[in-house]
Amino acid sequence: MGFPPEIILEAVLNGLLTGAVYGLVALGLTLVYGVLHIINFAHGALLTMAMYAAYVARDALGIDPYVAALPLAGLFFGLGYAVQRLVIGPASRGKDENILLVTLGLSIIIENLMLAVFRSDTRSIDVPYAMEVVEFGPALLSYPRIVGFGATILVGLALFLLMTRTATGKAIRAVAKERTGAALVGIDVAHIYAVTFGIGTACLAIAAALLLPSFYVSPRVGNAFVLVAFTIVVLGGMGSVVGALLGGLVIGVVESLSGLYLGDSLGQIGIFLIFILVLLVRPTGLFGARA
Amino acid sequence: MLEIRGLEAGYGLATVLRGVDLTVPAGRIVAVLGANGAGKTTLNMAISGLVPPRAGTITFEGRRIDGLAPPAIAAAGLVHVPEGRKIFPNLSVRENLDLGAYRRAQGNRARNIERVFATFPRLRERMRQLAGTLSGGEQQMLAIGRGLMAEPRLLILDEPSLGLSPLLVEEMFALIRRLHADGLAIMLVEQNVAQSLEVADEAHVLENGAFALGGTAAEVRADPHLQRAYLGL
Repeated sequence: MGFPPEIILEAVLNGLLTGAVYGLVALGLTLVYGVLHIINFAHGALLTMAMYAAYVARDALGIDPYVAALPLAGLFFGLGYAVQRLVIGPASRGKDENILLVTLGLSIIIENLMLAVFRSDTRSIDVPYAMEVVEFGPALLSYPRIVGFGATILVGLALFLLMTRTATGKAIRAVAKERTGAALVGIDVAHIYAVTFGIGTACLAIAAALLLPSFYVSPRVGNAFVLVAFTIVVLGGMGSVVGALLGGLVIGVVESLSGLYLGDSLGQIGIFLIFILVLLVRPTGLFGARA
Repeated sequence: MLEIRGLEAGYGLATVLRGVDLTVPAGRIVAVLGANGAGKTTLNMAISGLVPPRAGTITFEGRRIDGLAPPAIAAAGLVHVPEGRKIFPNLSVRENLDLGAYRRAQGNRARNIERVFATFPRLRERMRQLAGTLSGGEQQMLAIGRGLMAEPRLLILDEPSLGLSPLLVEEMFALIRRLHADGLAIMLVEQNVAQSLEVADEAHVLENGAFALGGTAAEVRADPHLQRAYLGL
């Protein structure tokens, strides 16, 4: 309709590339939901924090975000582990409604901390490759998005190997479906919860490093991404890792195409239309288990 | 091997166990019998650390284990095959068995898996299948196989015959005999009184959270109270 095929192709490809990083943000959310059975309302605030961390690494220390990604992932794994083990776990006393409030409280604290430290200015970093494009047939693709896509695939692969090949990964999957049985074979459930939360937070750190070259940072920036991530989690199926990654790609393409046809400012309408449609037609999502 | 003295446990305001004393000697099968709600499962959960005891002591191989968390108790070799199997439905049969050796006997995993497959050939056939797709009897085999992977010093079997067909119940008790013949100490918690008394060395009958009678299996079988209450004789 109206647009030449190259333009549509370019929009689809750019949507896929952006969607991969959306999927990475959703991955942490769905992993924590799938194993701990809680919705982590601090996910957006933790993403904001990770983006500021990547910002500081570049602005104060001169470290390129792509170089900082792995150290930040390690740092945020530790942070997520500690938050679950020392704050969320003890404060919730095994009641899900308490966890909801604790993570909500955490997000308020983190956001205001960021506001106090960095003020409400939107900030961005200046890297030479931010605006670079790569020719792909007739389409021009943004370099930071290509890197984001590749890195997300690598993270997905690493997670797959972790979950299927290591004792810890098997323990995580075991705890997700059968806590009592897990405890009886000697799995420390509280430790596995914290490891899972740590992995989810580490995914955010990598996503933050991938987003930073092309997005602004502000104290509430994480929420915009997490709103999209919630849609992806529902589309992919609550708790499904594959669903999060594929759902991210779908949502990226939807956003890109609706931006093309409806204008940039209305691009997100398509995402929420999908959200409502999924809830109406297939509430378990594409890869979700039936209740 | 396992010594329980004055054990009390419960949930919230409800007290389920009101002073339980029990000894499981090495190499013996001790049956714990009792009707639904007598406290059999709560006793198991208190032993394996899932329910914290409110009073009393539990000693396993000379070491106090009351108040320890489940992983520490499993690490000591007290392995509990729970009622309802509690296998990991989203993992393959093979992965379930791997996790049986999560805390113990990691080095002997390959050998022990072969042993479990020799005991339960059906599990070898279904090795790559998701455990949740197994039949009830196969799931029970998997739950016991997973327990054996830890090379237990004492095996607690909670209602292993529950929900099995009569033929499989026979097989289950034959298996318990075989494990016992290999020298394993077993605490068998069952509603199936007649068959439990046939395999057990000793039996204890739980009523209302305390043992009402106990002794050798022959003594318990001959007890008129048990005959009236459970055997309908």
